[in-house]
Amino acid sequence: MELLLQQILSGLATGTIYACMALAVVMIYQAIGHLNFAQGEMATFSTFVAWQLLAWGVPYWAAFVLTIALSFVAGVLIERVVFRPLHGAPALSHIVVFIALLAIFNNGAGFIWDFTIKSFPSPFGQTTMFGSMLNAHQAGMIVCTLVMLVLLYLFFSRTRLGLAMRAAAANPESARLVGIRVGWMIALGWGLASAIGAVAGMLIAPIIFLEPNMMLGVLLYGFAGAVLGGLTSPVGAVVGGLVVGVVENLAGTYVPVVGSELKLTIALSLIILVLIFKPSGLFGRAVAKRV
Amino acid sequence: MTALLSVKGLTASYGDGQVLSGVDFEVQRGGVTVLLGANGAGKTTTLRALCGMVRRSGDIVLDGAPIQNLSTEGVVRLGVAHVPDGRGTFAQLTVDENLQLGSITRRDRRGIGEDVERCFTYFPVLKERRGQQAGTLSGGEQQMLAVARALMLRPKLMLLDEPSFGLAPMIVKQIFAIFRTLSESTSVSMLIVEQNAALALELADHAYLLETGRVVFSGRPDDIRNDPTLRRSYLGY
Ligand SMILES: Nc1ncnc2c1ncn2[C@@H]1O[C@H](COP(=O)(O)OP(=O)(O)OP(=O)(O)O)[C@@H](O)[C@H]1O
Ligand SMILES: [Mg+2]
Repeated sequence: MELLLQQILSGLATGTIYACMALAVVMIYQAIGHLNFAQGEMATFSTFVAWQLLAWGVPYWAAFVLTIALSFVAGVLIERVVFRPLHGAPALSHIVVFIALLAIFNNGAGFIWDFTIKSFPSPFGQTTMFGSMLNAHQAGMIVCTLVMLVLLYLFFSRTRLGLAMRAAAANPESARLVGIRVGWMIALGWGLASAIGAVAGMLIAPIIFLEPNMMLGVLLYGFAGAVLGGLTSPVGAVVGGLVVGVVENLAGTYVPVVGSELKLTIALSLIILVLIFKPSGLFGRAVAKRV
Repeated sequence: MTALLSVKGLTASYGDGQVLSGVDFEVQRGGVTVLLGANGAGKTTTLRALCGMVRRSGDIVLDGAPIQNLSTEGVVRLGVAHVPDGRGTFAQLTVDENLQLGSITRRDRRGIGEDVERCFTYFPVLKERRGQQAGTLSGGEQQMLAVARALMLRPKLMLLDEPSFGLAPMIVKQIFAIFRTLSESTSVSMLIVEQNAALALELADHAYLLETGRVVFSGRPDDIRNDPTLRRSYLGY
């Protein structure tokens, strides 16, 4: 029983990271209707930036906040420079550019900081808590993500800018007719997604070590979470990410054949199963295709 | 009266097909202009061209400034509120949120609050439904919301595309009564596209008839009422 509870809790802790990645993916999907395959590499690159700031002696939380800000700006710039010209281009063009971005960030990180793994500090430490159910870093991950989600919720539900972003995603043409600069709302969505990814990267790095391919598996779980929750629902993405984290952990522990090797297979199978049986996900709306 | 909006040689096209071929018209400051024409004449396209929602060329001057090269949001920000055909409300958002969005470009919090209340006095049913998703409103209620949303901009110019479409006669009367109040008590100008020509002409100070992308007649409402041919084609008696 205790083992079960512990597995669920630590699954939730990693689940928060999947939830962040799922949310980042959904945010861009809502804005432009495509899945950003480079989301993981962008997050990794952000984490390297944080690592560099720490190496230069910047205090942890200052580096944390600065990295989030830089990632936000970079996300906005990527949209303005790379994706704005692609507006309305077919899916394949987007996929090619996503893959190019992925390669650029991956190789860029490797080129600047090389491919050897680096340890990344935790501001929370590793002491165990709650009768050894969780360690401090895992608890910190959960708290940080919760704070971020609450802030995002308040932003989208209480501010006029948040409302404008929702309107632009829901109905771009009507949004223009009330004077919303839809292009900038999309860019802001990229900025937010990029910032959320940076948080996820910095929180997971102390556990899985920093290297250019760090987020590859994580992004797959994030996709699984996003698809499970429904690509049209930010809340669904968060719930989906958490569920994937727990399922992954429980399967690894209780299903002997799964072990740690087959965990990724579980994520991929989950994506395929959801797409076959409930394409709109648990929380999503089925969207009629616009023509 | 001087012209608030003056349009010369407006052309517009979808893909290859040119739909407007050199349309000229004006909307007077504080006036109501109506645009009549058969189905497919290009009325909706004219309104869309004014807001940059289709590819267009020609001269469009609003309040002395050329706007033919502005984006849709740029035109709207100059005080042009378009109630498109199909209403253009945000179906997943609430009535309140739709109204807030109507005023999203404004900064005067107090004025926005007052305007919401003003919309609720025009359309009391919207107040009852304020927390409801716009998509769950009846067609008539959605049309009221679309008009209210446009008013939230405190527009100089309202572009209304068949505001009576699909509404019960009672509601149509109500909406047109509100247009009359607006036009008499505020400085807003209106360009109305309407199939219900009789009703629209009562409100208008000027009318244009559009036929296959061209203005074929321009005159006062009485000129249409007094011309037997025009009366028969557009007023049906
Ligand atoms: N999105 C579009 N793509 C291609 N052609 C279009 C499009 N929208 C309208 N048209 C064409 O443009 C012409 C004018 O259409 P428009 O909608 O402006 O007419 P309208 O005067 O508003 O008619 P109605 O009274 O039926 O609303 C029509 O021949 C129509 O087929
Ligand atoms: Mg029309």
